[in-house]
Amino acid sequence: MGFFGYLNKIITKYGVSILLGIRTTLYISLVGTLVGLLIGMIVGGFRAVKLDYTAPSPLKTGKKIIDKILTVYIDIFRGTPMMVQAMFLYYAFLDLIGWSQLTAAVVVISINTGAYMAEIIRSGIQAIDAGQTEAARSLGMSNAQTMWYVILPQAIRNAFPAIGNELIVNIKDSSVLMILSINELMFQTKSIAGSTYRFIETYFLAAMIYFILTKIAAMIMNHIELRINHQLTSIPQSDTSVNIYTTKTKEED
Amino acid sequence: MNEPVVQIKNIHKRFHQNEVLKGVDFSVNEGEVVCLIGKSGSGKSTLLRCINLLEIPDAGEIRVFGENILDVKDVNRYRSQVGMCFQQFNLFDNLNVLENCMLAQQKVLKKSREEAEKTALHYLNKVGMQDFVNRSVRTLSGGQKQRTAIARALCMEPKLMLFDEPTSALDPEMVGEVLTTMKQLADDGQTMIVVTHEMGFAAEVSDRIVFMDEGQIVEDDTPENVFRNPRSERTKAFLKRTNFGTV
Ligand SMILES: Nc1ncnc2c1ncn2[C@@H]1O[C@H](COP(=O)(O)OP(=O)(O)OP(=O)(O)O)[C@@H](O)[C@H]1O
Ligand SMILES: [Mg+2]
Repeated sequence: MGFFGYLNKIITKYGVSILLGIRTTLYISLVGTLVGLLIGMIVGGFRAVKLDYTAPSPLKTGKKIIDKILTVYIDIFRGTPMMVQAMFLYYAFLDLIGWSQLTAAVVVISINTGAYMAEIIRSGIQAIDAGQTEAARSLGMSNAQTMWYVILPQAIRNAFPAIGNELIVNIKDSSVLMILSINELMFQTKSIAGSTYRFIETYFLAAMIYFILTKIAAMIMNHIELRINHQLTSIPQSDTSVNIYTTKTKEED
Repeated sequence: MNEPVVQIKNIHKRFHQNEVLKGVDFSVNEGEVVCLIGKSGSGKSTLLRCINLLEIPDAGEIRVFGENILDVKDVNRYRSQVGMCFQQFNLFDNLNVLENCMLAQQKVLKKSREEAEKTALHYLNKVGMQDFVNRSVRTLSGGQKQRTAIARALCMEPKLMLFDEPTSALDPEMVGEVLTTMKQLADDGQTMIVVTHEMGFAAEVSDRIVFMDEGQIVEDDTPENVFRNPRSERTKAFLKRTNFGTV
């Protein structure tokens, strides 16, 4: 039996467990990216807020302390391997909260992604013209309101390529979470290879699947990006239609 | 007589070694339109920005609406009563025209969506932007952007409006539409302080012209007096360079 013969055999025999692996991999990386983005928005946004001169000094001190803690969080999670983070945190909290390996995997990838996202969001925020903040503040909006409603949406939009890239990275790097014995794609691949002894064919198949998954993710991200840009620069078919509806219906009511 | 809307006493402001405001006294009465003119770097923007606390003066007193604003606790509430328009418009890039005008109403004044929309449409109509409410702000011309920015500020129903060179970033053919809008506001009795290089507008619309030079107010008088018989040599020299020595 040749290469493709074995490949075929693996797919027929282990198709279900491969699909299961794909499902878990996608689940972990999608949730990890989304939760990571949320963490990144909160952490990056918080760090980028500059308190007013009128803020009471306990608040200023408090902010400084939290900023420091967040910096340490970002440094540590970007500066150590996710595989180590996974093992350490899983066991560190096992007795305390008795979590499953899958939960631990999702939490670890989320926190890890959050550290990267925080930096992505922060540089996205820094790239935004100071005039946006000044305009919001001149209207009486608070620091937090300005950040949440004006600055963050723009930062996320500008950083969208980098944010999308995190999803792709996560699809690939979630493979290290096999160390937690969860049935994600890499773990499944390893066990299939172990029972068939067809290492080359099995890992070739895994590589193909990872490649296809990341390609699809990249295509989806590109599509979303194009749509956002289109929305920003296109002129509605009719400028007046919708507003006539809003004005008229309001008055007729 | 009522207390002036804005009363500034001896304010000083420095950026590092650079003393930008060197003891400025200045006041504006209700319903007055005051134009601030002067060379680049003379401190006009800094003075204007001190009035809504985008800059904090190092010394001196600023009273607006009868309270010392350097003491106010709730800066956001204070700022919501003072409208500001910028040279670069600074429309919120992530929102469309209508949303630009609604955001602060909802978040600062806590108005309902419906109320905010009604007010927004009212002022967008006033500045002639009613046909563009759903436009992404990036697709607007400069003049349309500035008129939207004016509407956005008016939506807060400010008791005082500040303009920092609102037409300086515009192509010449769009200056007119913005100045017309501002003139309308002035005619409605809106209290306004306008930093501008548009001497024609200053002469026509303002009640008073204030000429600043090197961080000080050199001239503060009616347009007629400032343009026809300026007291100071510095004013004369400035007006001569702007070809506005003789109206
Ligand atoms: N945030 C700042 N930090 C440091 N220096 C500043 C800052 N803002 C203004 N300056 C300086 O203060 C001086 C006065 O600036 P200001 O913007 O008030 O002048 P202006 O009269 O508005 O000039 P223009 O007509 O060019 O707008 C300038 O020398 C400027 O470089
Ligand atoms: Mg200026």
